[in-house]
Amino acid sequence: MNFQFLLSLISAVFIGGVAGYLGSLMITKRMGLVGGPLGHLALPGVALALVYHFNVFYGALLTIIVGGILIWLLEIKTKAPIEALTGLVFASGCALGFLILPFSDEHQLEEALIGDITKISFSDTILTIILCSLIFLIIRKIYSKLVLTEISEDLAKTEGIRVKKYNFIYLACIAIIVALTVKLVGGLLPVALIVTPSLTARNFSKSSFQYSFGSLIFGVISATFGIFLSQITNFPAGLLIILSGFLIFLISIIFKKS
Amino acid sequence: MEETILKVKNLNVKFGEEVIKNLSFEVKRGEFLIVLGPNGAGKTTLFRALLGLISSSGEIIWQDKIPKIGYLPERLSQDKFKNLTITIKEFFHFKENSDEKIFSILKAVGLEPKEILKKNPGDLSSGQFQRMLIAWSLISEPEILFFDEPATGIDVGGEETIYSLLGKFWKEKNLTILLITHDLDIIYKYATNVLCLSKKGFCCFGPAREVLTPKVLEKIYGTGIKFYEHKH
Repeated sequence: MNFQFLLSLISAVFIGGVAGYLGSLMITKRMGLVGGPLGHLALPGVALALVYHFNVFYGALLTIIVGGILIWLLEIKTKAPIEALTGLVFASGCALGFLILPFSDEHQLEEALIGDITKISFSDTILTIILCSLIFLIIRKIYSKLVLTEISEDLAKTEGIRVKKYNFIYLACIAIIVALTVKLVGGLLPVALIVTPSLTARNFSKSSFQYSFGSLIFGVISATFGIFLSQITNFPAGLLIILSGFLIFLISIIFKKS
Repeated sequence: MEETILKVKNLNVKFGEEVIKNLSFEVKRGEFLIVLGPNGAGKTTLFRALLGLISSSGEIIWQDKIPKIGYLPERLSQDKFKNLTITIKEFFHFKENSDEKIFSILKAVGLEPKEILKKNPGDLSSGQFQRMLIAWSLISEPEILFFDEPATGIDVGGEETIYSLLGKFWKEKNLTILLITHDLDIIYKYATNVLCLSKKGFCCFGPAREVLTPKVLEKIYGTGIKFYEHKH
């Protein structure tokens, strides 16, 4: 097992686990699909990063945040339905991404779309570990508050929960995690890392604890599987992680709790 | 003379049009105040304004500081819980970590903790679910409770259990209760005061037997409906 392989394995495990954990909350809040458009929003940033040779994560995070603010501003200005505006902004983001991408070389186009973790640097691995640990701790702290908000916002507010503040923290965590997943699975597929582990964990869980930590564990398992399979087959790791996750989900249906 | 816990002066709430207009009343500590009125008269809106969940103008003055509040919103959906992976125990842990306390409050509302703690709240019967919510609102030992039609959708027998539970806790724990209900039976049985609202606004305030005259009831609910006071 060489050092580079170890770095990609560690990064994938951290990203996969925390994306799964956060995903369980996103599914609870019926926001599972948000990972899709956000990932696409990352594309122009990824493209810029590849053309100008800076860290893909920063590029992705930059355009996700810019896109998010744009959607928010457009909503205030136009009062149009937010999902339509999200559609508008993420499709435009995608288009812009594809305009910039040809300026990078061909292999990089693939990296932007489906990710490449196998060449992750030591410093990026450290960054990934720190960010993932931080987000895990933050989400663990606000998890139950956000679940109560989902049950009833009025109830949460009477319990003294500052709903707007926690929603903001939650959305910031999503932006960072999606930007991290882009490294692993590219701009097209982050949604898979977010929803698949939780869907699997749901089949085994009766409590919120089992569900949230189950999602984390299934995220870790899929990531580990994918990375090892990629090592053996030489296929892109991101794709194999997603397909491993899907396979595990299918198996979990057989054991689904009654 | 009991102290005043809440004073409301010239309260106004607007959602485009005025839902609550110049409403003033007082709540004394230990009171059981029932808010009565047809749908659309602004009862739930009044609660939400008092709890600071929506913006309002006028004065809402709590004695000293805002007391510990328990709130049971209208029609908290059981289906919502069914879609969540959560146990009753975890739902109580939002507010209280002591399992001992959770056990005793569940028993107090007539539920068997051992049977239900690992269940999803969505799997309870509607009567059990409502009793669990009452326990949930009581567990933080609030001084004042806001209950918005806590017996909606429960069969007649179950309704009676809910209200007699509320009556029991009110007496035992010296609570102040604000309750929205249509049930005149309950009003005559428990209410120390009633506040009635109609679609046109404030209608009456005071002890039920004094203020709920046939004329007032007609004003609240319109003509053609007759209510009879039940003597117990």
